[in-house]
Amino acid sequence: MTMTAPLNSPQVSYVRTASAEALPPPTKTSGAAAWIRDNLFSSVGNTLLTLIGIALAYVVLSAIIPFMFTNATFTGANRDACIATANRPVIGACWAYVATYMNYFVYGSYPIDQRWRVDILYAMFVFGATWMLWLDAPKRGLGALFFFVILPVSAFFLLHGLPAIGLETVTTERWGGMLVTFIVAIVGIVVSLPFGILLALGRRSNLPIVKMFCVLFIEFVRGVPLITVLFAANFMLPLFLPPEWNPDRLLRALVAVALFSSAYMAEVVRAGLQALPKGQYEGADAMGLSYWQGMRLIILPQALKATLPNIVNSNVALFKDTTLVSTVGIFDFVTALQASFKNPEWATSVTSTTGLLFAASFYFVCCFGMSKYANFIEKRLAKADKR
Amino acid sequence: MKIKITGLVVGAVAVLAANAASAGTLENVKQKGFLQCGSNTSLAGFGLPDAQGNWTGLDVDYCRAIAAAIFGDGTKVKFTPLAAKDRFTALQSGEVDVLVRNTTWTISRDTTNGATFQAVNYYDGQGFIVRKSLNVKSALELNGATICVQQGTTTELNLTDYFRANKITYKPVVFAGSDETTKAYDSGRCDAFTTDASGLFAERLKMSKPEDNVVLPEIISKEPLGPAVRQGDEKWTKIVMWTHYAMLTAEELGVTKANVDEMLKSTNPDVKRLLGTEGKFGEGLGLTNDWAYKIIKAVGNYGEAFERNVGQGSQLKIARGINALWSKGGLQYAPPIR
Repeated sequence: MTMTAPLNSPQVSYVRTASAEALPPPTKTSGAAAWIRDNLFSSVGNTLLTLIGIALAYVVLSAIIPFMFTNATFTGANRDACIATANRPVIGACWAYVATYMNYFVYGSYPIDQRWRVDILYAMFVFGATWMLWLDAPKRGLGALFFFVILPVSAFFLLHGLPAIGLETVTTERWGGMLVTFIVAIVGIVVSLPFGILLALGRRSNLPIVKMFCVLFIEFVRGVPLITVLFAANFMLPLFLPPEWNPDRLLRALVAVALFSSAYMAEVVRAGLQALPKGQYEGADAMGLSYWQGMRLIILPQALKATLPNIVNSNVALFKDTTLVSTVGIFDFVTALQASFKNPEWATSVTSTTGLLFAASFYFVCCFGMSKYANFIEKRLAKADKR
Repeated sequence: MKIKITGLVVGAVAVLAANAASAGTLENVKQKGFLQCGSNTSLAGFGLPDAQGNWTGLDVDYCRAIAAAIFGDGTKVKFTPLAAKDRFTALQSGEVDVLVRNTTWTISRDTTNGATFQAVNYYDGQGFIVRKSLNVKSALELNGATICVQQGTTTELNLTDYFRANKITYKPVVFAGSDETTKAYDSGRCDAFTTDASGLFAERLKMSKPEDNVVLPEIISKEPLGPAVRQGDEKWTKIVMWTHYAMLTAEELGVTKANVDEMLKSTNPDVKRLLGTEGKFGEGLGLTNDWAYKIIKAVGNYGEAFERNVGQGSQLKIARGINALWSKGGLQYAPPIR
């Protein structure tokens, strides 16, 4: 076929003048079916894994969903609502019990007519935390002052009381539930970051005494389990101090948790410091910056950015470790939960399962929230590297 | 090594606790304006916060009774929830004024632990629960049975001793916590489940079909539970002891929370002495003469406190049994008030 007629010659029977309607892309390479085939059934091994996964999900969900929803009890005054009867042979989660105990889980034994004080504190905390965590918020310096100075001081007076202005004293035995869980976790997190940075810098310092102190502190604290320190604080300390000097039970736990988290944080920060090339330190020196200026402007911003996932990891671990204070009789959320299992008014075969499901979702929301926020920060900080 | 450390701690306690105990506890309490009471963190029927965060239970009512005897107000009490491990330290160091935390009175605790016991507010003991379908009427028929038990407690030791003494074979299945133990028994892992009898009734409520399980009559250990105070404060010891006896005497004489005001007009000399309308018995304790009236007004007599917290008025529904008054075949006996 070497001879071709010109396109407009009458020999050419048909020439398309308008463009054809676009065809949908082939289903073999796009769309749900293709996605499923590519991602779930691309090989024999993957197909097998997918099937196993589906079977597992079915087994778990088919047990949990009826338990949590269709067979569950949502209202009731006592255990009678949540026990199996002839009419209701299968009994699901007893949400009525969680509803009854909700206030106890949130406030512990805090006097009911004084709980507004805790509410105000929660509101102040949310306000302060938003101010701090929202990176584009106005006047963040003022926010830091509010969060790190005003909030702790007013938290103490709000919770503990200030009889001079009519806030009656509520001693810490009456604090409990999520209130205590949050207090322990937040004190641990907020104290650990500055102290951890100082300890990490101290450990890398050239000053021998500072260095020795930091190394000793970090290694000693990391070498002893937290639970031992909590026991020692409750079992030994009162024996060596006269009763009027006895520190408050909650305070003992707070100090122990703060020391612990600081030591761990120090090692996390040190990892970040060591990841920086030596040139950065030398660059800071060459610019004529003082030690603190160099740290503040050049070293720490990079080191903390590099180690952010580890910092969040420590904080999430700390948040969950707060439950250890339950071993020394402090009513954190988990202790309050366990106490509620014992109440004969609500003791049924499903009470503890329901309570634990509720606790699991509480911890999940808090920890997942923390790691999501950290992801967002990481992405934002990573923009600088992509440029 | 462990014994050595315990010895050291006890020695330190003996020396250091002396300063805590030297000032009279009663004066301290009066000065503070409230009683600091060591309670359980959570034990059904004895010491437990309810959904409103108020402490409830038989032990808790004893704290309220002592506070009422001193201040005439059962609410002037603060509770320090204590784990089993640090309860004696808290008592010795003066952190709490009295320990009412279902604590078994034993010779070692009464002597070397720096505590002193004076009264038994609940006679407990270890028992067994089995499924009705097993058709067992006595623990002695449990030959070859698997038994669920909580680990590391005296419960485990008592179980071994009892079965060895009776030459019965059994298979223990050990768990870390009471909740797991109950769940394991309930799911059929074991034929029987053992713990303190008061606990059996509480655990039974957590089973899927409580009415299908029965508590066996055998009690294989003695667990007299009572309030403890620091050694070396006679006056305080007597107040705690007589608070218990006043509640028993009130039950004996039929004085209740409801009728105590009416009873003030009673002509019965025993009632008059109890309520302080005759004699000066309260002064002897360092209290006012109407101390027992205040106790009964606040928490009622022993029978009322028992029924309300662990007996028919509660979900536990424990029978009085050996905790009945001596006149009704039980062990609760109060020396006379005269």
